[in-house]
Amino acid sequence: MKTKLEQEEYFYGHKGCAGCGGSIAVRLALKVLGKNTLVVLPAGCMSAVGFVYPQLCFGVNALISPFASTGAMLSGLYVGAKALGLKDVNVVGFAGDGGTADIGLQALSGAIDRGDKIIYICYDNEAYMNTGVQKSSLTPYGAKTTTTPAGDRIHGGTYGRGSTSVKKDMFDIVTAHNIAYAATASIGNIPDYIRKVEKASKMQGTSYIHVAAPCPTGWGVESSDTVAIAKEAIDCGLWYLAEYEDGEYTLNRDVKEFTSVKEYLKKQNRFKHLTDEDIVAIGCQRDKKWKSLRKKAQ
Amino acid sequence: MSRRKVDKTFKISSIKDLPCGTYGKAMQLTETMEGWRNEAPIIDEKTCSLCNWCYLVCPEGVIYQEDKKMKIDYRFCKGCGICAKECRKKCIIMEREEK
Ligand SMILES: Cc1ncc(C[n+]2csc(CCOP(=O)(O)OP(=O)(O)O)c2C)c(N)n1
Ligand code: SF4
Ligand SMILES: [Mg+2]
Repeated sequence: MKTKLEQEEYFYGHKGCAGCGGSIAVRLALKVLGKNTLVVLPAGCMSAVGFVYPQLCFGVNALISPFASTGAMLSGLYVGAKALGLKDVNVVGFAGDGGTADIGLQALSGAIDRGDKIIYICYDNEAYMNTGVQKSSLTPYGAKTTTTPAGDRIHGGTYGRGSTSVKKDMFDIVTAHNIAYAATASIGNIPDYIRKVEKASKMQGTSYIHVAAPCPTGWGVESSDTVAIAKEAIDCGLWYLAEYEDGEYTLNRDVKEFTSVKEYLKKQNRFKHLTDEDIVAIGCQRDKKWKSLRKKAQ
Repeated sequence: MSRRKVDKTFKISSIKDLPCGTYGKAMQLTETMEGWRNEAPIIDEKTCSLCNWCYLVCPEGVIYQEDKKMKIDYRFCKGCGICAKECRKKCIIMEREEK
């Protein structure tokens, strides 16, 4: 791989679960961005596991923001750094799916509107993990969470099928702002993720990277399988790698033949309850999504 | 490469030891994580091609290359097993640890 990563570790000794996907995303991004980086972390696993006083695991200047304010604090840090005359600093935020697609959405929208040179990274583990796996608007259809349970003893006898809504598309929401640079990524394709973080650091305006970061605890997979399951999500078409720059869409990998959605789903505890019908429905959602993706990237 | 230092003697004896405000020193490590582990990764030097892939996929950042060898900072390895699963040469095994 061509990219030069810093040897130094800037996220070390944290208390994330063994195999945590989010911590791979944070660790690698900081190795790309380097020492002169200011970090914002809202409530969520990455701030919770990174700052357990007296164990403080960030080797760069890192701040916890109020949950809804990642975007606002990034802008504030950016202008603050500028006022102090600091040169060559990266200002980056790491927010979860809940902190991005639900709670911090308006602050993110405002930040993109201001267009400051900041990088917003959403590490998407598809639920509110730090508080014990509640559904967010990025939880995929069918996934069992503590607020979308599965089983036949739910709600007085009606069968619970997990999340009944389809995952919101943050990439679409962000590109609709005409942002300078947006990308989807995954810890299942690390060279691609590193390249995108590097690219974001060179942009003049606002960048947004949405990185799929499986959570073994919330998804019900082995701690050794996080990278593999992230890769499988791309292979079966339930996640995609794309970029948006200067109003143009690029599909980084147009998967010609998807692997089995069923196989991907059934490896995870959160989807164990799904019926064949549910799986067919998820396959249809995927095909619809890819149709629109391919159209945009033409 | 130097690994991050840990100060296990760190103690808060009075309120005066607490940082003033809601901030503290960057990278202040006072404990290690080896106790989380059931299995430890062992890298077979002979088959390892130094491709650095395990270094990239590690959530803890404990694997690193030094003197043409992949080394592991076992103080902070939680034994998740991602390195063993992802190694393309299959030269990492997970060995059960006796407590
Ligand atoms: C205003 C506010 N509401 C609720 C919480 C409780 N809370 C802390 S972390 C968290 C979950 C965050 O989920 P997500 O953003 O997806 O990050 P993850 O924990 O999954 O990494 C919640 C609900 C809080 N800290 N502040
Ligand atoms: S609950 Fe999930 S996201 Fe949170 S630290 Fe554990 S593995 Fe990481
Ligand atoms: Mg989450």
